[in-house]
Amino acid sequence: MQMTYAEAIRDAMRVELKRDPKVYLAGEDIGVFGGCFGVTAGLLDEFGPKRIVDTPISENFIVGHAVGSSACGLRPIVEIMFNDFIAVCFDEMCNQAAKVRYMFGGKADVGMVLRMPIGAGIGAAAQHSQSLEGLLTHIPGLISVIPSTPADAKGLLISAIRDDNPVIFYEHKQMYGMPGEVPEGDYTIPIGKADIKREGSDVTIVTWSWMVQKSLAAAEKLAAEGINAEVLDPRTLIPLDKEAILKSVAKTGKLVIVHEEVKTSGFGGEIAAIVSEEGFDYLDAPIKRVAAPDTPIPFSPALEQAYIPSEEKIIEAVKALF
Amino acid sequence: MAEKKEQLLEMYKTMVRIRTFEKEAIDLFAAGKFPGFVHSYLGEEAIATGVCANLKDSDYICSTHRGHGHLIAKGGKLDLMMAELYGKSTGYCKGKGGSMHIADVDLGILGANGIVGAGMPIATGAAFACKYRKTDNVAIAFFGDGASDRATFHESLNLASIWKLPVVFVCENNGWAISNSQENHQNITDVSDRATAYGIPGVSIDGNDVMAISEAAEEAIKRARKGDGPTLIECKTWRHRGHFEGDPGAYKDPKDQEEWLSDAKDALVRVEKKLIELKYANKADLDKVKADAQTEVDAAVKFAEQSPDPDPSEVLTDVYTV
Repeated sequence: MQMTYAEAIRDAMRVELKRDPKVYLAGEDIGVFGGCFGVTAGLLDEFGPKRIVDTPISENFIVGHAVGSSACGLRPIVEIMFNDFIAVCFDEMCNQAAKVRYMFGGKADVGMVLRMPIGAGIGAAAQHSQSLEGLLTHIPGLISVIPSTPADAKGLLISAIRDDNPVIFYEHKQMYGMPGEVPEGDYTIPIGKADIKREGSDVTIVTWSWMVQKSLAAAEKLAAEGINAEVLDPRTLIPLDKEAILKSVAKTGKLVIVHEEVKTSGFGGEIAAIVSEEGFDYLDAPIKRVAAPDTPIPFSPALEQAYIPSEEKIIEAVKALF
Repeated sequence: MAEKKEQLLEMYKTMVRIRTFEKEAIDLFAAGKFPGFVHSYLGEEAIATGVCANLKDSDYICSTHRGHGHLIAKGGKLDLMMAELYGKSTGYCKGKGGSMHIADVDLGILGANGIVGAGMPIATGAAFACKYRKTDNVAIAFFGDGASDRATFHESLNLASIWKLPVVFVCENNGWAISNSQENHQNITDVSDRATAYGIPGVSIDGNDVMAISEAAEEAIKRARKGDGPTLIECKTWRHRGHFEGDPGAYKDPKDQEEWLSDAKDALVRVEKKLIELKYANKADLDKVKADAQTEVDAAVKFAEQSPDPDPSEVLTDVYTV
């Protein structure tokens, strides 16, 4: 059925809240208020305050308590209102959630989900707009899921909730209202499987989240000019479907990586390194990255639009390879 | 009377086992038998012992970097602990955690923790799980005076108080946040004053009096089991050693050090005197307890030394649950 990205995320949580009494939600303003972006609207009425828990503004606690409750067998889905706020509770993700299993010799599981909205484009400026998905990929023990469509959001979130590892689930604000066809009821997508959003033969564009939509639009324009781009969405950064990326590059011989994160130390660098190490012979042109510049995110719409990677920049990067 | 005798003797045994283990660990570390850090619990044995004497196996504790005492008091096995200190494959964490990360989830020990103050949200999350599941289990968060300055302390007390969670916050105030004296790091004398800010009971007690600690813990744990919410117990004590082995503790006033290590103040000597005074035991009984503890620790050392190192391939396991 047709659902928006936000509705698909809510539907996934509803399916799991109904299926498993151990699942609960906790976060700031997720109950009465329905979430800062309305994603959890109606869930408090449907499931009650035991399962849908409004917390004070206490990010350390929100994530830290989920480490404890999940180690004791519950299935918390916690929300940090903006990806930027991860800086406030970095220890709880990096030193606790990520490491408990390993430090304890595999004798504890932290089966929790951390949901966080990412992305610029709504004039929210430097502390409410970042895409920091690369940051936590540097900490082994965490899984990073970053869907680009309503159906992917639903299928991957249900898989994330059922996963015994700590999973970070990145939702792009620009897509919350985006509609799409979404399977009803129980629907899962395996974590770690890329999806080719557009088949092509001339160049591979590896991209995720909102940039998938921009890259698809760019690919249509490129097609009109005779360049047939393949758009590959890894959907999860950790684990990364390396094989799918290498296979696509083997077919096209060219790679452009597009992400909204800043360029330096963005996850695109990791993908470029993997392809250089393991797929160098497939390449007949240098790898290109399209990313945000290495600056904080500006407020003025004129500046913000200049900051966000655009269709034009994607097209320009692709054309430079021909 | 018989019950009190039994209880005091049992607590004495636990304190002796902790002291014997710690003395051995210090000597072994100094002799270069294992790497890393050892944060000795010497001098603070009464606290873990008095608190854990009131716990069931199904209750939870979150420990600290100075964690050996908590683990022993909650039922941790000395041989598995010692093997973990040695980094052996037979250790609690298969050699992946070491002194600061020993855990035994089956015994409700949700780990020592290398990050000061990080255990409090985790313990509060465990308490959340206890309440969510409608059990009468409780969680204990051990931490020091230094940790009471962290956001995690304040967030956890606030959350536990508003949700009436079954958690007891046990502050081991040994007067030092590493080298920073309490008067330098907080403008209060009693950490328990901070309970007022969260509308929960707070008490300060002699942290070297195991009976006083046991009584205070009993009341707080009863309150938690009944669903009446958290308590903050501050136990005033002194660490006999430096922050870690290798720290000579030059920042301490030698007079204070001498006074706290005197027979009049030492927690273990005080219990011995009490046992003799009440005629619960004679010197031979006490000597036997000490000899038994030494035998147990010697066996633990032998077990650790004879155990194999982990296979290098173990580096890669236990990162994720598959």
